[in-house]
Amino acid sequence: MPWQEDGSAVTRKKTGMLKRAFDEMHGFDDGLRKAYQAYDAWLKTTHIERLVEKHQQADLIFRRLGITFSVYGSEEGVERLIPFDVVPRILDAEEWRIVSTGVCQRVRAINAYLDDIYHGQNILRAGRIPAELVLNNPAFRPEVLGLDLPRGVYVHVAGIDVVRVGPGEFYVLEDNARVPSGVSYMLEDRETMMRLFPELFPLHAVAPVNHYPEMLLRTLRSAAAPGVVDPTVVVLTPGHFNSAYFEHAFLATQMGVELVEGQDMFVEDDTVFMRTTDGPRRVDVIYRRIDDDFIDPLAFDPSSQLGVPGLLSVVRNGRVTLANAIGTGVADDKAIYCFVPEMIEFYLGEKPILSNVPTYRCAIADDRAYVIDHLEELVVKEVAGSGGYGMLVGPTSTAEQRYAFKASILAHPERFIAQPTLSLSTCPTLVDGKLVPRHVDLRPYVLTGETTSVVPGGLTRVALREGSLVVNSSQGGGTKDTWVLEG
Amino acid sequence: MLGRMANNVYWMARYIERAENLARLLATTYHMSLMPTASGEDTANWEAPLILVGGREDFLSRYGEVTPGNVLNYMALDLDNTSSIRSCIRVARENARATRTGLTTEVWEGINQTYIELESMSYPQMLDDGFQEFFDWIKERSHTFRGACYGTLRRAECFAFTRLGTFIERADNTARFLSIKWDMLTPSGRPLGAVDYYRWGALLRAFSALKAYREVYSTIIEPRRVAELLVLRRDMPRSLVACTLEVAGVLRGLRSQAMCTRVCGQIHERLERHRIDGILRSGLPQFLNTFVARNNELHAMIGREFMLVL
Repeated sequence: MPWQEDGSAVTRKKTGMLKRAFDEMHGFDDGLRKAYQAYDAWLKTTHIERLVEKHQQADLIFRRLGITFSVYGSEEGVERLIPFDVVPRILDAEEWRIVSTGVCQRVRAINAYLDDIYHGQNILRAGRIPAELVLNNPAFRPEVLGLDLPRGVYVHVAGIDVVRVGPGEFYVLEDNARVPSGVSYMLEDRETMMRLFPELFPLHAVAPVNHYPEMLLRTLRSAAAPGVVDPTVVVLTPGHFNSAYFEHAFLATQMGVELVEGQDMFVEDDTVFMRTTDGPRRVDVIYRRIDDDFIDPLAFDPSSQLGVPGLLSVVRNGRVTLANAIGTGVADDKAIYCFVPEMIEFYLGEKPILSNVPTYRCAIADDRAYVIDHLEELVVKEVAGSGGYGMLVGPTSTAEQRYAFKASILAHPERFIAQPTLSLSTCPTLVDGKLVPRHVDLRPYVLTGETTSVVPGGLTRVALREGSLVVNSSQGGGTKDTWVLEG
Repeated sequence: MLGRMANNVYWMARYIERAENLARLLATTYHMSLMPTASGEDTANWEAPLILVGGREDFLSRYGEVTPGNVLNYMALDLDNTSSIRSCIRVARENARATRTGLTTEVWEGINQTYIELESMSYPQMLDDGFQEFFDWIKERSHTFRGACYGTLRRAECFAFTRLGTFIERADNTARFLSIKWDMLTPSGRPLGAVDYYRWGALLRAFSALKAYREVYSTIIEPRRVAELLVLRRDMPRSLVACTLEVAGVLRGLRSQAMCTRVCGQIHERLERHRIDGILRSGLPQFLNTFVARNNELHAMIGREFMLVL
């Protein structure tokens, strides 16, 4: 799936113990929310059939543009569409101010943390994060210890998954600091909305997002080694059979840079070159869309066909920059997640703007005992798991599942964390010709170059199945255009 | 431009051109089969496309009998036949997808649209719509592709490599096609009858050249002149000499001193020096087969020169 990690969370639907979910348009049923006033007025004059028609048109547009993702496992590499919903998710300026400053703050802290982890490790020595959690982490890369990066930036592109449970109550569910994807859907969703509903845009001051590729290019160019004039940037893709290939091609096109595969590049004279029809050409910055493990078969997974042999040594000598840097995974696993508020305080001396979802680490005895006693209410996740696998959703689980998880937790407590079941906000969504509430999350894309910034909006993912809180495209999730109103 | 991408756009253009030429061949074959003939001749007529793509064995093992319906199904839609029109469009689209960044939206969407429509096509539907309509549609999609390239691609390497693909493939197809049909249509010793004229006419039409023939020669159809038109006339866009002229021009623009540029120049000059009677005396099919082989060597040289294909 194009999303790197699952952004799943679960609410308790059956038990009814939780209050009903907050709705982006109607709040807690306490009247129309401000951001949706103009949209609501428009909706009242619009037949539902028209929405259905537009919805079908959107499908055609996406198919013609080839905005598809490949499904692995099937013999022919079937291409699917990610369902697009025609009802926008709208945030007003104040809501966005909270989210945007919050995610930027997080990313600043994460970059400071990574620079520290690969240098002085002050935060470990100060005992603010258990050292073994970092140093024994499979995503920790001793190969880049002591390596100075331009501006100390590790995470040039981050995708921070945010959910909402009340009017001003936002939580961060997950930080994606490796190879976050989905930004092309943010851009194409906007493009599609403007094509389908041109009349809506004069009624709303929707903050633009289409300068994202330019911001990305500027960010990447700023990541070049000092002294490089007019750096050459490329996008590195695993190839056109990769599920997110569309996005790689899209971003390369929008930035006007080459889309390369590992085989297109080679290392010579401590320099990375790409093979062009005019001969070798030097590469300065690689926006890579493949994981650390596959980036250099000489340094990491030797069976990888996707990477460039010898790349790591050029990186180490500061003669090429990878974005994101090698080793960022040590900032975004589910156990490290718990410590991001610590990082914010430790490095920035600030209070976290966005809250973490309270997380119980089963490695800690007290936490473990609580989790075991409250399995029915909690969501249990594997620390290293992703894509919605290895997860127990307490409120909808069976007694056997809980029993099995209990055994697993007791056997390997360090592999599990648990969180309370959040009631994600809902947003009106067109399903079977009706507008019905469906749970949503939000992934803003945060760029760090000379400064840290975020385009207004992001990708809203929506769980299309009734009651479902799993927004992954693999689990029947769709996307919505996200509007941030200026004002 | 990346060597791999050059390779991708080159093959994209080759496969689109191949699909078009297959459609032309099948349209003509179908057309010819509508004429009354001895049944043996009809089978030979329908075997020609199979022989052209080298798929006769595969076809016979899976379909058994050479019937118009079987051949059309196999050549147009069968995905297990890697030379079918549908397979060509698929590969063209895969190549386009792998090099989207180098293409304009118009070029990409055109190919993708063709692919999407063709994927949903079935034999009964083709039968229902009419074969001619299907072949016309394929030709039209190919025209659209070339038009989109011509009208929207920057005159840079990407454009150059699509042109190379188009004309290398077209030269190959014209030569093979003519070679196969020549023997079938050349009666031994007897004067041409009404059916023969009809068939030569159908052959010319496959190259969109019937009208041109009349303009150029204003006489009844003679096989010798058909050959001249399709091999040696510079002003015929599907003739061998026209194709090599295009390729030579593109290669000079890309790299005038390269080996492949020189070789292409030689191939072209040899064609220019030939007269049709000389070619016919030593045998047209032999001449064409030699041409196909040299054209193929040129293709390999282009790959080594620009696309790092070893």
